[in-house]
Amino acid sequence: MKITRLIIVAVGGQGNLLASKMLGEAALSAGIPVHMSEIHGMAQRGGVVESSLVFGDAESTIISNGEADILLGFEPSETLRALNRCNKNSTVITSLAPIPPFTVAIGKGVYPDLEQLQKLIRSRTCELIAFNALDLAKQAGNIMSTNMVLLGALIQTNILPISADQIKTAIKTKTKKIFLDVNLKAFDLGFEAALKFSGE
Amino acid sequence: MHKLLQEQKGAKIMLLGNESIARGAIEAGVAFATTYPGTPSSEISLNLFQISQESDLYFEYSTNEKVSLEVAAAAANSGLRTLCMMKHVGLNVAADPLMTLAYVGVKGGLVIISADDPFMFSSQNEQDNRYYAKLSGLPMLEPSCVAEAKEMMIQAFDLSEKLQEPVIFRTTTRINHSSAFVDLGNIKPRIVKGRFERDPFNYVTVPAVSRNLHVKLLKNIKKAALESEASALNFINGDGPFGVICNGVSLSYVSDAIKDLKVADKLKVLRIGFSNPLPENLIKKFLADCRKVLIVEEGEPFLEEAVKAMAQEAGLTLEIKGKSDKLFSRLYEFDPAMVRTSIANYFDLPDKPGIAVSTDDLPEIPARPPNLCAGCSHRATFYEVKTAANEMSLDTIYPTDIGCYTLGFLPPLSMGDFVICMGSSVSSACGFAKATDQKVVAFIGDSTFFHSGITGLINAVFNNHNITLVILDNSITAMTGHQPNPGVDMNNFNLSGYGQVKIQEIVKAAGVKHITMIKPFKVKKSISEIKKALEYKGVSVIISQEICSLYAKSIKQLSDRSFYITDKCKNHRDCINEIACPAFFLDADQVKIDAVACVGCAVCAQICPENAILPLPKKQS
Ligand code: SF4
Repeated sequence: MKITRLIIVAVGGQGNLLASKMLGEAALSAGIPVHMSEIHGMAQRGGVVESSLVFGDAESTIISNGEADILLGFEPSETLRALNRCNKNSTVITSLAPIPPFTVAIGKGVYPDLEQLQKLIRSRTCELIAFNALDLAKQAGNIMSTNMVLLGALIQTNILPISADQIKTAIKTKTKKIFLDVNLKAFDLGFEAALKFSGE
Repeated sequence: MHKLLQEQKGAKIMLLGNESIARGAIEAGVAFATTYPGTPSSEISLNLFQISQESDLYFEYSTNEKVSLEVAAAAANSGLRTLCMMKHVGLNVAADPLMTLAYVGVKGGLVIISADDPFMFSSQNEQDNRYYAKLSGLPMLEPSCVAEAKEMMIQAFDLSEKLQEPVIFRTTTRINHSSAFVDLGNIKPRIVKGRFERDPFNYVTVPAVSRNLHVKLLKNIKKAALESEASALNFINGDGPFGVICNGVSLSYVSDAIKDLKVADKLKVLRIGFSNPLPENLIKKFLADCRKVLIVEEGEPFLEEAVKAMAQEAGLTLEIKGKSDKLFSRLYEFDPAMVRTSIANYFDLPDKPGIAVSTDDLPEIPARPPNLCAGCSHRATFYEVKTAANEMSLDTIYPTDIGCYTLGFLPPLSMGDFVICMGSSVSSACGFAKATDQKVVAFIGDSTFFHSGITGLINAVFNNHNITLVILDNSITAMTGHQPNPGVDMNNFNLSGYGQVKIQEIVKAAGVKHITMIKPFKVKKSISEIKKALEYKGVSVIISQEICSLYAKSIKQLSDRSFYITDKCKNHRDCINEIACPAFFLDADQVKIDAVACVGCAVCAQICPENAILPLPKKQS
């Protein structure tokens, strides 16, 4: 079975670990082997949270530099920071809603320019899908559903061996009832947003 | 029902490594579990803590790892299957009971988990605890993946009972914090009450007894060696003229490398899962069958040195390498590409070229260091102590300790000058106070104080050191994920039947004459109280009491108001520059407060020289 390697980077509190769990559940029901690992040492204190998911016949749970097939970034500067995990055939999906690190918020650092950031990523990788996932999450009804928006975009690319139906089933089992409609809507919005890029 | 208690044999579920380990213990019929929490082991105990609330499993958060292992030793010698878990550096604390417990042995199975942390994702060092197995003479097992971890736990309990010795179960962060599918097995019924048979000539380790017990331990090591020799946990995969010997998580990198390099016909792999005692005959036979051998192990050259010695004994002269400048480092953790490249280089095989995009010319990306939470009471206390010391023009040293508050060493607070281990704040303060003329102010958290600060404090009183100890009491063990400690009101956990230990009573009983209680969110009052404590000659203790704001949020005890900055603000930015709460941000060069992040501690409002920071009427929920 083909091996597909996915890195997800986010800032603590953005829900990427839950998104990873859903992908894991979906892979389980699809009969796809998956190995995942997460680093979330100081996530609650505003640090970076990274998860890696390896689908297919591999045993490693981590991904070396240059070996990610997909990089999914929940925050643009973190996507850029993780770019060394990609190669020229990688697909990058990123939200364009910045969460400036505290160093920037207090004027002790400069946040990268979003246009330049996209140009850089696009010039070095195979494909960049970039949009403001926070806006879509708001549109779905809850800013906390950014993770679902990005899951939608991820599934749309069809690079993972997981279908929209399979992941939606996982979303249903892993979401509290009151958030379910919002989550599914957020997923669809992300899916559609990525669809627009596939025409380019 | 807790997901790790479900019976469904044969069901496949997705588990975190630490959940898999906990499930393994449950399937093995563990009846008694003790710990002091420490990343990367924390989720094992967290799950067992939850399970204990809905089953007859006994679980306790002990005050430290030494206590934890001693409690466990008694349970195991009463015949119960017992688990004692800790992070790698915790085993240093528990090393004293460990060494002699190895002499005494156990009746019920006792498994001691040492969760090592290569790369130090959340630790002060990356020591390789395989040496503890050698040092103590105890058997050690090491899983290579999440699913195996569960099975190996069961084997560890069986082995412990068979040998009547504790078994050390060593993991690394990548096992603890990876997830994979795990097949559930049967849960063995728990036997929750045992009986201790008095046998002082085997249990009371006076010299005459210990001389016999050491003989017994050496015999046990021989028995363990036979077990290791026959164990399916040490196995050979594949075939070919070249050999790789590996342990733990490295096996997955090696297996992937063999596939990637398409060299299944050239390389065979000996995986060591039972790593003390080593299976000597198996290793010698493996070496005799190889032209050249590479040892792939994170951390120290534990296997490498042993394997080389075995080759010498067997009169084998093949090349054996592991740690070297060109191959593997003793530093940090490995990754798949690193292992693949080393295998290719060493055995002269064509490697896959590196393909990472170049990132040398990327614009500088601002760092995202972890920070104390918005409204964290530690920030307030640090600011107040710093202000008091500055106003008194003191030349200070600030030894600190291990917890969230270690982050206070970062600018702009810069409160933290020395930390080496749990409890070192107060004891190192004693040394600094005698060796220098500087004023020494040490910081320690509530849980760390209980863990190993009390003895240092008593030392300070007895030897009359001139120090101030600030105890940051936020009523929880925050750093590792909000576990209880002896100072915590267990009603917050909806649990009854616990005692509660008051820090000020301990401090008083230790003979401290100058004790100050402060509420850190009252800035002026706290500063003036702190000054008095700093003036005092001798041991003074400040207990700064305020609940951890993140924990308060989770138990819904947070006040419901946030603050905002009015147009009185003259943009001095004292707030940002001095306390750097992450609720601040700059908007068009003006300081603003993020109302969602702000928890209403009001510390910034009290230090703003323009009184420009005011509470919002009522937080919108
Ligand atoms: S978890 Fe609690 S103690 Fe730790 S930084 Fe946050 S508020 Fe402070």
